[in-house]
Amino acid sequence: MSFLSIRNPAQARRLFLARSGLVLSGAAVALLAGRDALAATSKEKGSDTRILNTALAAELEAVAAYQVGAESGLLQKPVLALAMQFQGHHKEHAEVLARTIQTLGGKPVAAKDKYTFPVEGLKSQADVLRFAAGLERGAVSAYLGAVPLFASRDLSKAAASILGDEAMHWAVLRNALGDNPVPSAFVS
Amino acid sequence: MLRAAALVLLLPAGAAAAADAKNGEEVYGRCLACHALNSDRVGPRHCGLVGRRAGAIPGFDYSAAMKRSRLTWNEKTLDRFLADPMKTVPGTTMTYAGVPDAKERADLIAYLKKQAC
Repeated sequence: MSFLSIRNPAQARRLFLARSGLVLSGAAVALLAGRDALAATSKEKGSDTRILNTALAAELEAVAAYQVGAESGLLQKPVLALAMQFQGHHKEHAEVLARTIQTLGGKPVAAKDKYTFPVEGLKSQADVLRFAAGLERGAVSAYLGAVPLFASRDLSKAAASILGDEAMHWAVLRNALGDNPVPSAFVS
Repeated sequence: MLRAAALVLLLPAGAAAAADAKNGEEVYGRCLACHALNSDRVGPRHCGLVGRRAGAIPGFDYSAAMKRSRLTWNEKTLDRFLADPMKTVPGTTMTYAGVPDAKERADLIAYLKKQAC
């Protein structure tokens, strides 16, 4: 599945479930790809690919961060399940971003061998949740800052779709911490 | 409510009052998907940023554009970069539209100035 293929969330989910393992033929990718993104100039594709790769790097780091949280032993059962669900979303984002970069002729960045997280400061479930909430809040801002930059409106729309998911993560994590889940009418 | 948002959008760039590092910490929350103060992540660490030459943290995989930018981070260069990263350093991997509000940029820079390594 390609990022460019997202016509609506239901379709994206169906595609993801149907294509678990992401074994997509080149023909399928071509069929699913958004026309405007593929029709862009090579300079525009290069810029869009760069934006997508930055997003991919952040998504891969988020997957690693949730893994650290899961393995910390600090998360209790209902919260642990939630964290794993959110990690799954980040994995889906990363898979789609990587596929889209390839569709555009770019090379997706790979996950780092090692990430540095402030594990020494994680002493309780609340610490882990606050750390995750910070990452999710940053992700909302990062996608918000990427949406207007794409040459392709398909990609802007898809980035906004991910932004919505990250915003829900942030709100749920804030709620779990006892903070106002939706502290303002606008995000920045 | 929409009127309040519209007013924010219409604030002139020169409307900045005295920089507020505390508010800058809040603005810094926007950076946390990619940055941390004390460790390199998708983006480089931010402690000790002011006064540092761009692209100078050993071992961090900067874009070629950032390495050849010849920028040194100070209030002026940070303000310009944060307003529009991709225009200031074409080719940067900080693919972010920027912080359009001059007061928020000033607050953010005031916060960053306090972050020594």
